[in-house]
Amino acid sequence: MMSTNRIISYAQAINEALKEEMALDDRVILLGEDIGSYGGVFKVTKGLFDEFGKERVIDTPISETGFIGAGVGAAMTGLKPVIEIMWIDFSLVAMDQIINQAAKMAYMSGGQTSVPMVIRTQGGGGRGNGAQHSQSLETLFAHIPGLKVVAPSTPYDAKGLLKSSIREGSPVIFIEHKMLYSQKGEVPEEEYTIPLGKADIKRSGKDVTIVTLSRMVQFSLEAAKELEKEGIDAEVIDLRTLVPLDIETVKESVKKTNRVVVVHEATRSYGWGAEIAARIQEEAFDDLDAPVQRVGAEDVPVPYNLNLEKEMLPQTKDIIQGVKKSLYLQMETV
Amino acid sequence: MAKKAKNVVVDSEKQFDAIRKEFQTFQILNEKGEVVNEDAMPSLSDEELKELMRRMVFTRVLDQRSISLNRQGRLGFYAPTAGQEASQIASHFALEKEDFILPGYRDIPQLVWHGLPLYQAFLYSRGHFHGNQMPEDVNAFSPQIIIGAQYVQAAGVALGLKKRGKKAVAVTYTGDGGTSQGDFYEGINFAGAFKAPAIFIVQNNRFAISTPVEVQTSAETLAQKAVAAGIPGIQVDGMDPLAVYAAVKEARERAINGEGPTLIETLCYRYGPHTMAGDDPTRYRAKELDDEWEAKDPLVRFRNFLQAKGLWSEEEENEVIEKAKEDIKEAIKKADETPKQKVTDLINIMFEEGSWPYNLKEQYEIYKEKESK
Repeated sequence: MMSTNRIISYAQAINEALKEEMALDDRVILLGEDIGSYGGVFKVTKGLFDEFGKERVIDTPISETGFIGAGVGAAMTGLKPVIEIMWIDFSLVAMDQIINQAAKMAYMSGGQTSVPMVIRTQGGGGRGNGAQHSQSLETLFAHIPGLKVVAPSTPYDAKGLLKSSIREGSPVIFIEHKMLYSQKGEVPEEEYTIPLGKADIKRSGKDVTIVTLSRMVQFSLEAAKELEKEGIDAEVIDLRTLVPLDIETVKESVKKTNRVVVVHEATRSYGWGAEIAARIQEEAFDDLDAPVQRVGAEDVPVPYNLNLEKEMLPQTKDIIQGVKKSLYLQMETV
Repeated sequence: MAKKAKNVVVDSEKQFDAIRKEFQTFQILNEKGEVVNEDAMPSLSDEELKELMRRMVFTRVLDQRSISLNRQGRLGFYAPTAGQEASQIASHFALEKEDFILPGYRDIPQLVWHGLPLYQAFLYSRGHFHGNQMPEDVNAFSPQIIIGAQYVQAAGVALGLKKRGKKAVAVTYTGDGGTSQGDFYEGINFAGAFKAPAIFIVQNNRFAISTPVEVQTSAETLAQKAVAAGIPGIQVDGMDPLAVYAAVKEARERAINGEGPTLIETLCYRYGPHTMAGDDPTRYRAKELDDEWEAKDPLVRFRNFLQAKGLWSEEEENEVIEKAKEDIKEAIKKADETPKQKVTDLINIMFEEGSWPYNLKEQYEIYKEKESK
């Protein structure tokens, strides 16, 4: 029976994806800090310890290199570890295991082994958590061959994409956003998955294309709403995954709007916005009526102070400004 | 009962027995404040003993006030310290001004007693960069946020002290959880290999957020991890200020004499939550365990000890409490008066002037303009 309008939070949606995949496949195990009876510091694994027990929901020592390395080993020998890195910033402690090991294993074994492992983590600012707990590091991972990178913006997407990620044969970095955990949205009772590498048009429009993901999708939709009042019709594309990248959907949109603004929470310089801009100029140059604009964080660490944090992270007004720039419109005071 | 098969190559029971015998908890004052180990009594004058008590009382008040200021929204990030006063304050009491401290985020009291003005400690809590700017004469790093990272850095600081011929040590702190990190092993191993003058303190408060120490490791003590690095290790009753003091004092002497680093595990307990950011310890700690540890309280124990010697009165304690409240009030006021941070400040402090990447120059100009309005 089709259920409609079931509203759950982003955290619950992720929890459901884990629960369903664990029920479906007993090779799926969870590893991470405080994920057991404590249920995770963001309560994403709540209830899973009771349901699946300590053999499958495993509290680890504080040892990111240890449990990601163990995950690589387990994945190469038949398990499907889903690892929680409490904050994406802590993944940096374990970069050798992620970049030199997990990402390279399939290649270095001549395709004999694979690492079907998901690293779930959360990033981004918005809570005043400071420089080492607020980063948007998706580009680091997207830059490394061998890793897939997912960053969902809604409960629906989070659930469908996580289920697909767990079924992947290669390592997936699944980046949640701390400010989205309590956000609610419609998620059907029925099982579904969302393929990796398929962007989603969250709002269609004809005047300008906003390319974004994760929390910035919300901000971009808000910006689009404001712009509508001024007669500007923005299309908002949620990439959902950085690797694989659905550039086709972006190019289709550019054909229609001829203008692009890339919005990411990560620092602007060397961010993935540059990759999108480059791909568009390589593959859709003739469709452009204006330079591709980038909206991103200032190139400074994320400050702890909430007011300052707001100042350096992109806000709705910055997106509006970026759009206006791409339309060569007079801007109000900065 | 079935007899366990005897191992031929490795007699694990024998090994563990030897370790167990070697790594006994070192104690001087028992829970009642009675001296149980007269031989190990450190030579502290009456005035020094009283000063140690004053600092512990002050620190307890600082903790209580910090928690309530956090709840009022007047402080930001805060990791409670009550229960760890002996581990923190008595270990610091054994140091000298020229020693270098590499703290974790819970180790604000040691920084304060090393000379960081209280208002700066509050600014640190609020995420103001001035809170991390150590005064000229305070040898310390700002508190480490990434678990265990300070251990490797401490080895480097110690090596530097040795190379420059300083008669000083590097002292670093982590918790039980931190000993599971690679950084922990790399730090103690490196310092050991170079006989660097470092003291590695592990405040084993039994829980890393919710994870009990039994989940961190199969090692019965964290002190025994020193053996792998070839350095001395000791487990100390971390609720006993005199034991902690004596252990650190001796480790310092060894380090200064060129005998290398020491690993010190202090058995203690944090009465409060992991941090004030939403952790609820009742979700993973039984009340019985809280009670059991509160009965070992370092302040109670040391107060009993001092009173038995006729060195401490309620009046004196109240004086310290009042002084602490007064100092905290002053410091909060001063923190409030500190100029607010600006985006241009953030840009300014990242690179040396004149060596800025072009993107920062652009961003600086934009914000300078904006902030001048």
